[in-house]
Amino acid sequence: MNALANIKTITKRELATYFSSPLAYVFIVIFLLVSGIFIFMFGGFFEQPEASLTNPVFMWHPWFYLFLVPAVGMRLWSEERRVGTIELLLTMPITAWQAIVGKFLASWIFLGVALILTFPIWITVNYLGLPDNGVIFAAYVGSWLMAGAYLAVSCITSAMTRTQVVSFIMAVVACLVLVLAGLPRVTGFLSGLIGPKGADFVSSFGFLTHFDGFQKGILDTRDIIFFLSIIVFSLFTTSVILRSHRAG
Amino acid sequence: MINVQNLVKIFGTKRAVDRISFSVQRGEVLGFLGPNGAGKSTTMRMITGFIPPTEGTVTVGGFDMVENPIPAKRLIGYLPENAPAYTDMTVHGFLSFAAELRGLRGDARKNAVARAIEMCFLESVQHQSVETLSKGYRHRTCFAQSIIHDPDVLVLDEPTDGLDPNQKHEIRNLIRRMGEKKAIIFSTHILEEVDAVCSRAIIIDRGRIVANGTPAELRQKSEWAGAVTLRVTGVNGATVSQRLAQLPTVKRVTVIKEDASGVTARVFPKTSANGALAHSIADAAQGWRIEELHTEEGRLDEVFRSITMPDTVKEEKQ
Repeated sequence: MNALANIKTITKRELATYFSSPLAYVFIVIFLLVSGIFIFMFGGFFEQPEASLTNPVFMWHPWFYLFLVPAVGMRLWSEERRVGTIELLLTMPITAWQAIVGKFLASWIFLGVALILTFPIWITVNYLGLPDNGVIFAAYVGSWLMAGAYLAVSCITSAMTRTQVVSFIMAVVACLVLVLAGLPRVTGFLSGLIGPKGADFVSSFGFLTHFDGFQKGILDTRDIIFFLSIIVFSLFTTSVILRSHRAG
Repeated sequence: MINVQNLVKIFGTKRAVDRISFSVQRGEVLGFLGPNGAGKSTTMRMITGFIPPTEGTVTVGGFDMVENPIPAKRLIGYLPENAPAYTDMTVHGFLSFAAELRGLRGDARKNAVARAIEMCFLESVQHQSVETLSKGYRHRTCFAQSIIHDPDVLVLDEPTDGLDPNQKHEIRNLIRRMGEKKAIIFSTHILEEVDAVCSRAIIIDRGRIVANGTPAELRQKSEWAGAVTLRVTGVNGATVSQRLAQLPTVKRVTVIKEDASGVTARVFPKTSANGALAHSIADAAQGWRIEELHTEEGRLDEVFRSITMPDTVKEEKQ
């Protein structure tokens, strides 16, 4: 009970921070703009033969999350360390875990809000045709889960440095590795290098590999567990890094 | 309330804190003195559970800070060095957040915030965001955060740093008032504060405790304690020091100033028998015109310097 109350308090504060700064609105506008550009410029939304959001919308998410999610996550811990408020936060009668989960949840909810605000395209596609709304729902869930995984990785890099920019760059690189791991072309290249088994192993860590199912409307437990375990593992790593700073 | 046993903190190869032990009871205000980098902040961070000690234990209200941190932290209010605060929040919002993390809800929270705002004189800025505040207000906002739950233990790292003299005075009064019912540790390098507020002071240097006692006891350690300053006219310096040096209780006579208008000398006693030295000097000074004669109380800054920088002080004397 107490733990939940503490997490809620921290999440609430973080969310208020997002929405009290112009950065949040700038982010949401950029997010929606980028989505729009991809949908209409590259996705060929109107040219496609069927009413669906898979190709024009969701297939781009892994790519633009690569830059947008680290931008949301970069300040989470680096700012606390730079300003020194981490010293206040971690001497409160709460555990480091509660602080980590609370802050993560706030950013994840924020990303969820940005994602939900793409709903006009969903309305549009329903107006123009008869899409499979189950598929769209699954893709939204998958996209949000994947965003959480990107975000958790950004948490790690944010805990590693006091500088937001450094945190951002490290997060982009780390996420890029996780995206590329699942890219078919990379898998092909790797299977020549380390054999098909090794390549399969690498691609099993790829975000694309696990996002694929969601786009087709399949809520596979394995994919859900994959993203959730990336999140849990990354948050755990964050706690280890935060502890090691303090241990000196 | 606070019990620190053999506390050690090693950063890399540096022993930042080296076997520090002390305890603070309810009703005590402990002043923590020391030059910059002596290990004051590191010790306080270990007491508040922000960093774990390399060795040794900290217990607060009977709870071990490493084994049982949550109940221990509940008892503590902490003002970190430089008074950090979430700059995007309003003063009121920030204090509400702190109160909520302290487990205060509903009316209890409202009352706690109102009380802290009143005690720290923050009414006029309570709806401003922290980043627009001047340093003094920001400092008091963070201070308000530390007393929001009326804690039994207060740990304050340089609570008066960067405040103007009036604000310093207010904060000192606040600390002294609260010290009657709480156990307080605060660090400072302003020595007058120790006299004004502390019931006990610890001087630490290079991670070790080098002195521990009431401000009066510390002053006694001063070479100046019990020394007599004398100003006379109508004689020269050599005569003064010659005649006074013959007194059995006198250890040393230094002529501080000698000019046409007179001689100022300081006489150091062999033992600090208070008052007696002044009497015997007055007797010995017959025939001189005494303009000034008083016994020194001993000075904290001199004690502080002679303990923490023994080499330079010796050089200066030579």
